[in-house]
Amino acid sequence: MKIAVLTKAIPKVDSLKINSSETWIDDSNVKFVMNEHDTYALEEALLIKEELDNNSEVVAITMGAQKSSNQIISEALAKGADRGIIIENDTKITDPLVFAKIFSEQIREEKFDLIFCGLASYDLGSGQTSVLIGEILGMTTATFAIGTKIESSHIKVKKELESGYSQWIRMSLPASISIQSGLNNPRYPSLKGIMSAKSKEVKVKTIDSNFSEMQGFTKFFVPKNEKQTEYIEGDVEDVSNKIIDILKNELKLIA
Amino acid sequence: MILVVLENQRGKIHSFSREAVVAGQIFAKKYDEELCILCLGENVEVLKEEASEFESDKLLVAEHELISQYTSDGFSKALSEIIAQESPRFTIMGHTYIARDFLPRVSVKQDLPFIGDLTSVSFEDEKTIFCKQVFNAKFLTNIEMDPSIEKAILSFQSAAFDKDKIIKGSPKNIIDVKLNLKDSDVRITSEEAFKESDSDVDLSSANFIVSVGRGIESEDNIPMMEKFVENVGADLGSSRPVVDMGIMPKSRLVGSSGFTVSPDLYLAVGLSGAIQHVVAMKGSKKIMGINTDRDAPIFEIADYAVVGDLFEIIPELTKKLSDS
Repeated sequence: MKIAVLTKAIPKVDSLKINSSETWIDDSNVKFVMNEHDTYALEEALLIKEELDNNSEVVAITMGAQKSSNQIISEALAKGADRGIIIENDTKITDPLVFAKIFSEQIREEKFDLIFCGLASYDLGSGQTSVLIGEILGMTTATFAIGTKIESSHIKVKKELESGYSQWIRMSLPASISIQSGLNNPRYPSLKGIMSAKSKEVKVKTIDSNFSEMQGFTKFFVPKNEKQTEYIEGDVEDVSNKIIDILKNELKLIA
Repeated sequence: MILVVLENQRGKIHSFSREAVVAGQIFAKKYDEELCILCLGENVEVLKEEASEFESDKLLVAEHELISQYTSDGFSKALSEIIAQESPRFTIMGHTYIARDFLPRVSVKQDLPFIGDLTSVSFEDEKTIFCKQVFNAKFLTNIEMDPSIEKAILSFQSAAFDKDKIIKGSPKNIIDVKLNLKDSDVRITSEEAFKESDSDVDLSSANFIVSVGRGIESEDNIPMMEKFVENVGADLGSSRPVVDMGIMPKSRLVGSSGFTVSPDLYLAVGLSGAIQHVVAMKGSKKIMGINTDRDAPIFEIADYAVVGDLFEIIPELTKKLSDS
């Protein structure tokens, strides 16, 4: 079984600011981490590899700037991925279909049996990538996976539905699946993992195709408050008295 | 043409679908296009009955045994065929789990942009400007189509349109669509949907809910919350990350994958207010947030924004309440 895990480096800071051109955040001085949903996707792939115990391969793949890409691919290798692929790209792509077309072209020849991807990225949050790539590569697709089970040439996927429902579906391989958070406990890299990661193969690819964007982000802004919000600030004593006053006298929720 | 796709949710029309119809009626008017409503696959009879009360130019009914139960294979193939035939300017759906599951595939099949998860749209001169949340609802971004592109697939978040503004009436025409689906098109089989937990927690009818977010940090802090809710007579709810961390059971999840609630007061404690959470609780009569971050998205929809440390405020509240 050849499993790809698609992952993305995400800016991690406490207070994000919009950049001067108002088209993205100011990421000049931020730290990057692996997109949280992708950590579950990676774990699920590693668990399948371990369970199958048959020389399956887990390949961590990302597209982005060199430094942050190196960082998250190293993390994936340290956790147990067998090799990495970095598709180098410094331009912001905000059309999910263009992103997926480039990605698909770069990994098509690998002929993966499975592609796992986090449900959505923290930054764009389109949640389309795994489905688009699956369709482009002629694979079956599923989203919101909260459980997986390999059955020879098929995979069974437990899908999260709305309002607390779940459902098992069975689909033929190859399949591209987006993974919901919480289905497993993503591991930490071991010291041995970190050491061995250094000797694992990381292929760096460059983009040689050009697709025109059909849609794109044009302007970032801070959401306007839709409500008349009363701010309650101060020391704990005052704040607590105020809250109790609201609960008791304004909303009459407590006697 | 503006094409609105209705969705079945366990035997009823999905509430997001009504909002999509409102969107469709608005787009049809703005663009001076025909409005066409599509009942696709699952449970078409119920959808057809609903749609017969909405004003539209055309009601398309697309039935086929291969789409009598939802699969992304069947639905993407069927909708793609209909789009190829009808060539709608915009195809509109609610931003539901199902829309997210198969619309990207239609986007590939028809090489159309899928502009999804939209919270609003504005029409300015020649331009249509879409808006969506990014960075976990911290910011919004405008999205525009390239001027050379005329057609797109859209999905709208709940409450982007007011479902009560639906124009009642009836379809001018009802047309059965012939679909060319083959057995080999559908490579996915589905089992029955089931409810994960048989817990008796029912937050949907609670009148006072206190929900914890990531700020609660650890399981060790839950007893403090339990003591507090007991003192104020509230029910304890949770956001997704807290469930993922195993701190709270999924049976107490408020969010698109859990309960949708509308209590008299929703008190969000250490909870940032990601979209999946907000869609399920913004119908609450009053919303109060306690958060150390003055810019937390939850405060944008809050009536009361308490800026402070939950680990100081909650015990103090409990103390005052049990003293009185």
